[in-house]
Amino acid sequence: MAEIQGKVWKYGDNVNTDVIFPGKYTYTVSEPAEMPKYALEDLDPEFAGAVQAGDVIVGGTNWGCGSSREQAVVCLSEAKLGAIIARSFARIYYRNCLNNALPAIVCPEAVDAIENGENVTIDLENGIITCQAGKFSFPPLPEAVMEIFNAGGLIPYTKKRLSESN
Amino acid sequence: MSQTFAEKILAKKAGLDYTVPGQIVEIKPDVILSHDNTAPIYGLFQRMGGEKVFDPDMHAIIIDHATPAPSTKHAENHRIIREFVKEQGIKEFYDVGRGICHQILVESGLALPGEVVLGSDSHTPHAGVMGAFAAGIGRTEMASIWAIGELWLRVPESLKITVTGELGEGVTSKDLALTIIGDLKSDAAIYMSVEWHGEAIQALPLSQRATLTNLMAEMGAKNSFIPPDKKVFRFLKDRARRDYEAVYPDDDAKYIREVKYDGGSIEPVVACPHSVDNVKPLSEIRGTHIDQAFLGTCTNGRLDDLAAAAAVLEGKKIADGRRMIIIPASEAIYLAALQAGYLETFLKAGAVIESPGCGPCMGNHMGVPAVGEVSISTANRNFRGRMGTKESEVYLASPAVVAASAVAGVIESPANL
Ligand code: SF4
Repeated sequence: MAEIQGKVWKYGDNVNTDVIFPGKYTYTVSEPAEMPKYALEDLDPEFAGAVQAGDVIVGGTNWGCGSSREQAVVCLSEAKLGAIIARSFARIYYRNCLNNALPAIVCPEAVDAIENGENVTIDLENGIITCQAGKFSFPPLPEAVMEIFNAGGLIPYTKKRLSESN
Repeated sequence: MSQTFAEKILAKKAGLDYTVPGQIVEIKPDVILSHDNTAPIYGLFQRMGGEKVFDPDMHAIIIDHATPAPSTKHAENHRIIREFVKEQGIKEFYDVGRGICHQILVESGLALPGEVVLGSDSHTPHAGVMGAFAAGIGRTEMASIWAIGELWLRVPESLKITVTGELGEGVTSKDLALTIIGDLKSDAAIYMSVEWHGEAIQALPLSQRATLTNLMAEMGAKNSFIPPDKKVFRFLKDRARRDYEAVYPDDDAKYIREVKYDGGSIEPVVACPHSVDNVKPLSEIRGTHIDQAFLGTCTNGRLDDLAAAAAVLEGKKIADGRRMIIIPASEAIYLAALQAGYLETFLKAGAVIESPGCGPCMGNHMGVPAVGEVSISTANRNFRGRMGTKESEVYLASPAVVAASAVAGVIESPANL
């Protein structure tokens, strides 16, 4: 996976899945491609219209808490978000990110240093975030997870492994 | 290198000498659990190109969330599961009425010390009561395990809870767990492995210990572990499906946080609407009106829970205009309660007894509240809307308090009846 590069959208602590992807859409919007339109609707109304491929969300503690709805990840991965950097993630949200090939990076030092709106670069393989304030490192993702990323998510990854074993 | 339970068992399963928190490992679980969601997982499995499951003997499939089927749609779901189980040659299948998945895993000797259990249900940490590493996962992940037999796991940080002394008269492990969740708050153990230590924990019977591991899901835990002791080994003597080898943390393992409680300081408590960490002493909220009392669920639907309620209800009547619903957590518990005479006590008191399953716990059927009504329940969750309608309130308490409240018509302590 190449380097990730984009503009930062910075938010606070305990951002829950309800404001990332409102519950009222969970049964009415089922096409993944439609989901980015409603991303962060109740947190930042500007986000959905302005987010660019490669942009990076920086959140505080417990990003993605609340329900386990996968749409709260898909609405961002479909928008081609580059990564989410947070102080910590809600467990299921973290798993949903990695399984949907959206890098979820835990790096409290970077969260403190990065300013809203600045440009950052992330090197996933070596675990380095570069921002105006300098370089920050995080544990690089292991090969097994990189393979899931490279395949485009857990479903295509499993498909690939199944067809290889047959 | 000294390790916590989680670090050690995941290292062992991944074939490593040790692991550290944050590390990602690939694991082949010993047991995988799915319930009524088996049918949608099957759909995902087929989308992945799956035909035959990797290993039918890994599976434990229990239909429990909406049983017996409340609608044709649910019945169709059950039918798909039965066909899937047959076609794949899955032996550990429990059809409607056998019990709640977490109770079945323990009771049937499927969850064993030193093994890894992954389940597509958020209360899978329950099985940690047997000394297993047990964690909940998503449906897509479950489908992927069905196909390739393994999954990545992040090695969790560990939180150590030590409870010294012993719990007082009339105080249960439900009160202990709710007190801790109220103090530490519902985000205290996100992604963590929660270990229980201390003589107050050792003194608890297994069913009460299971309430602790079960409720740790409400603090965000990935898994929860109680070191298996003689009580566990005795319980498993004629049940365990395989030989097993228990795994214990090292004495000098490093925890991200350690908390200590004195068992004697715990008093009866109630979790108030609308979050499990909104915990108040029972003495403070006595007198709160209730419409319905619910005794059951994987948290508190076991034999000693029914016994505690029967002791309160013996010779008494449910209050006018109130109702009480009782659901034993498994068929075995149902039978034992029958033999012990509890069911007669319940019926004479005016309670409704239903067949084993989850029932109204998550608002599916068999006794959901009306708009504006208040329930008191022995379950583990009271989020807004959990029992069906957003316009209702749910209080959580121990079985004896739920029974006493049914008799009083308001939240009440059994000591004051
Ligand atoms: S009883 Fe309630 S908490 Fe337990 S498995 Fe069933 S729905 Fe989930």
